Amino acid sequence: MAVVFDRPHALIDVPLHYCPGCTHGIVHRLVAEVIDELGIEGKTIGIAPVGCSVMAYNYFNCDMIEAAHGRAPAVATGVKRADPDNHIVFTYQGDGDLASIGMAETVHAAARNENITVIFINNAIYGMTGGQMAPTSLVGQVTQTSPYGRDPKACGYPIKVCEMLSELVGPEYLERVTVNNVKNIRNAKKAIKKAFQNQIDGKGFSLIEVVSSCPTNWGMTPKQALDWIESDMLPYYPLGVYKDRSAQKEAE
Amino acid sequence: MADKILMKGNEAIAEAAIIAGCRHYFGYPITPQTEIAAYMAKKMPKIGGTFLQAESEIAAINMVYGVASAGKRVMTSSSSPGVSLKGEGLSYLAGSDLPSLIVNVQRGGPGLGGIQPSQSDYFQSTRGGGHGDYHMIVLAPASVQEMAELTVKGFELADTYRMTAMILADGTMGQMMEPVSLDIEVKPEIDKPWATTGTKMAREHNIVNSLSLVPEELEDLNFKRYDRYKIIEENETMYEEYMVDDADIVIAAFGIAARVSKNAVDEARKLGIKVGLIRPITLWPFPKAPFKKAAEHAKAFISVELNMGQMIEDVQLAIESKCPVTLCNRAGGMIPDPAQVLNSIKEVNGGVQ
Amino acid sequence: MAKLTFKTDNCKGCSLCVYACPKGILQIATDKINKKGHHPAECIDMEKCIGCASCAMMCPDCIIKVER
Repeated sequence: MAVVFDRPHALIDVPLHYCPGCTHGIVHRLVAEVIDELGIEGKTIGIAPVGCSVMAYNYFNCDMIEAAHGRAPAVATGVKRADPDNHIVFTYQGDGDLASIGMAETVHAAARNENITVIFINNAIYGMTGGQMAPTSLVGQVTQTSPYGRDPKACGYPIKVCEMLSELVGPEYLERVTVNNVKNIRNAKKAIKKAFQNQIDGKGFSLIEVVSSCPTNWGMTPKQALDWIESDMLPYYPLGVYKDRSAQKEAE
Repeated sequence: MADKILMKGNEAIAEAAIIAGCRHYFGYPITPQTEIAAYMAKKMPKIGGTFLQAESEIAAINMVYGVASAGKRVMTSSSSPGVSLKGEGLSYLAGSDLPSLIVNVQRGGPGLGGIQPSQSDYFQSTRGGGHGDYHMIVLAPASVQEMAELTVKGFELADTYRMTAMILADGTMGQMMEPVSLDIEVKPEIDKPWATTGTKMAREHNIVNSLSLVPEELEDLNFKRYDRYKIIEENETMYEEYMVDDADIVIAAFGIAARVSKNAVDEARKLGIKVGLIRPITLWPFPKAPFKKAAEHAKAFISVELNMGQMIEDVQLAIESKCPVTLCNRAGGMIPDPAQVLNSIKEVNGGVQ
Repeated sequence: MAKLTFKTDNCKGCSLCVYACPKGILQIATDKINKKGHHPAECIDMEKCIGCASCAMMCPDCIIKVER
């Protein structure tokens, strides 16, 4: 018998601290699988955010840096510029980190077409701090800081990051994926692999938005949370490729 | 005699950084230090270095954090309000024990303030700048030559002790032009085995972080850091003494205030007043020893500052409140002139006689 | 034929593997408790396993090894 599935080398063999059913674990593994398959673990430097995944540096076998909340793309810019040919740099960020406090850093790294890979975990809530509203929380969504449901009159509408960044000339590749079933997980991995390959090929800024779940703060079971992604998240955050400069060029 | 060229203070810092081997600069325009960014924008691409105008001072300090993690010499520069923005980043750099060089060319404040010189970020710099228990090495140049030499020294100290070195200049220092010798000795760079440069599958992964949720461990980190600071206090303090040995009155002043005060000291001596000057060059570590020694014979101290009274507190602490310390100051971008300092000396002298 | 190995003590009983399995041969063992205090997942009919690894792909804690 041959092993057809096992833990990737780039994922350290320690228990993860995430909640039962939290999709962080799936995405961590996909990133690690991609790092293994591309043979880049020795060159990779990952940047962990502030959020539930703040301790991602304990889970990836490559060199890791903890960044201040929202500033990962700026830190990544520094790490990449320090040795562009020998550093493969990725950031792993939640919705508060990337789309709230870090919005300027996100937009500008994309606009600069910084040759880095950004993994964006969009679970429409602030998990680590106990379930507050995120820039990506849906209208009507009940959170600790929107206890009567998100009211657009008071706090506007959720931000669609892929769509927004696609208006910039800078970025190379933007795709929204999810991990709520096996088919989508396979697709998410393809997208993440492309995002890293783009960096290796020097093509520039790639961002993969992963629509994710937070069963604990959504007040659901893990399975209910994956179903809620399908029923409520995906209609607002449609899956798909929002920018692919290389493919566009080829078509022209 | 080495060749000297006429340089603006800000540009001397930039050129000295390049001499020191810094190949990464991130900055944002703000008066009165934008010349540093402009100089780097011209020079860095020519020598294969990085110049990047960041989207904000916050982004810039985080880019510095990234390069520092990767083990390379890196710097940013700003002025007072921009340095406030960097506060969190400075704390992260300290908590992660990363070397870097930061330049603050101070302007009048608080708030948006003005664009004229001040020394009103003394507290901010010497007490860390951001949250938590930590220090930066704070270097206060008083000439364009020192702007250059202290920049090179700053990079070396930062690497040796794994912390931020800050060049605390004021707008006058940044804008003035003086002859500079760029023949500055640069020591070989030290190894940084802790840096995140990629494992090359040959070592355990390195982690750069400052999070420590176990209080016993975080406490231990803090105590170990302060053990290092103690070594710095014992070995890296720098200051200049001028006519202090027989002085009845001692002036404490740094940067432009020291230049002005030296003139006043000379005038006062002509009038028979025994006055001297101690010029701290490291503001942290503060040169307590020469002040303590001077307090054994001096009857009074005057702190000459371009702020509402900040270094005066460190003078009082250093002399253990043995003598009265008077403040002679200007604020908001105004610079004291020798006449004002001389007046202050005369007043204090009247009091001590 | 296929074989699944579960790192039982790291299982958090989230049930996602149970739902992912196309053969319906996984369940949460409500009669067992692992070292972390969770009811772990287990395979109740290894003979029927086709080694598709859907369970392993779904598992957020990477506790399933699949051999075929």
